Amino acid sequence: MNHGVVLFHTTSAALRAEKILTSAQLVVKLIPTPREFSSDCGIALRFEWDDAVRVKELLDNARVEVAGIHQIN
Amino acid sequence: MIYLDNAATSFPKPDAVIRAMSNFLERAGGNPGRSGHRLSIEAGRIVYAAREAIAALFSVRDPLRVIFTLNATHALNLALRGIVRPGDRVVTTGMEHNAVMRPLRALERAGVRVIVVPCARDGSLNLDTMRRAIEPGTRRVVVNHASNVVGTLLPIAEIAQIAHAAGALVLVDAAQTAGVLPIGIEAMGIDLLAFTGHKSLYGPPGTGGLVIGEKVDAAIIEPLWRGGTGSRSEFEEQPDDLPDKFESGTPNGVGIAGLGAGVRFVLERGIENIRAHEVELTRMLIDGLQTIPGVVVHGTRDAEKCTAVVSFTVGNRQVSEIGLRLDEEFSVLCRVGLHCAPAAHRTIGTFPQGTVRFAPSIFTTQDDIRVALDAVRKIIQE
Repeated sequence: MNHGVVLFHTTSAALRAEKILTSAQLVVKLIPTPREFSSDCGIALRFEWDDAVRVKELLDNARVEVAGIHQIN
Repeated sequence: MIYLDNAATSFPKPDAVIRAMSNFLERAGGNPGRSGHRLSIEAGRIVYAAREAIAALFSVRDPLRVIFTLNATHALNLALRGIVRPGDRVVTTGMEHNAVMRPLRALERAGVRVIVVPCARDGSLNLDTMRRAIEPGTRRVVVNHASNVVGTLLPIAEIAQIAHAAGALVLVDAAQTAGVLPIGIEAMGIDLLAFTGHKSLYGPPGTGGLVIGEKVDAAIIEPLWRGGTGSRSEFEEQPDDLPDKFESGTPNGVGIAGLGAGVRFVLERGIENIRAHEVELTRMLIDGLQTIPGVVVHGTRDAEKCTAVVSFTVGNRQVSEIGLRLDEEFSVLCRVGLHCAPAAHRTIGTFPQGTVRFAPSIFTTQDDIRVALDAVRKIIQE
């Protein structure tokens, strides 16, 4: 399964994103931010890469501030 | 025992609050926002859920604009010290608590102009007087939503309208009203709202917060304390992101867990139902006390125009003696004296002797009120 991660500036934003995406029935998981990315915030949100467009749209609509979205293996 | 000191702190707390706190310590004891493991994330989720509950209570769209503090006093200090600069003109009222007056008096010494608009003896505020005081050039208006001494409500929406017309920001002290009266940040035009968690939100002591309205640019607020936030850790400068900018250091996770449960308790009971219950008890207290010869009830004496706070005096009788006898002989617990609000007592004419204050909650019954009234009657008629 191909995954992506959403990076945030704050934990609160990550938790807010988790709630928004979970209630939209997406499969997501909060994980420690992978080392290769920014260390802005200790946790990142992993999602299924097929949902990338949906994830971006949902977070944009809710005006959640995102530090980056990346594909991971 | 009859507890009538809910304006100081509510007691008892709902079972759900105690369970949420015990659950936090037993199962979610990580440091929220600091690490990526499951206990840290679970603690973070609980803190975030409390933020959401408070956002729902005050009709705030973005829960990240809810900043947790230890109490309303810290929230008021954060707001006042964060947005008031030397040279600013600040308007407040003659019914404020020392949580507002002391920071303002300190700012006054630093070159801030503080204008205190007098209130009537029942604690009410004349809007024309307020309009004249908020002249152009006024930067901030700081008002309580309800007095902690007599419960008198101030017309926040009208005050905000006047303040905004003059270009001033409005900071509201909702320590006595959050949880008992509907508060809509946007609908009422509130820019900054300070609340406490341990009174009518039924959370534990050590909880409270500041809500930053959507129209306020958080960049104008200086943080009061700086430090670790678990975010942007590579920088030695304080981050600008909300809520981290104002929440340095490990938060009171267990307290916030309890506060979240308390707010959900309030939302489930319904503010209207809580208010209706408290208006009924307040009416019983006001009417009952006024039938006792020698008792003077202060404030509006109208349960619809105040919170569930009833202050009274009995001629020259020492309020401390009445309070002690209520406790020792009748197990009725209340608060006597100046209630940390000398300005309000000057306004209602009870400075420096103070008043006896009865403050019921959702858990107080009509029988409790009858027993308390009987106790006052017995003490006075001896």
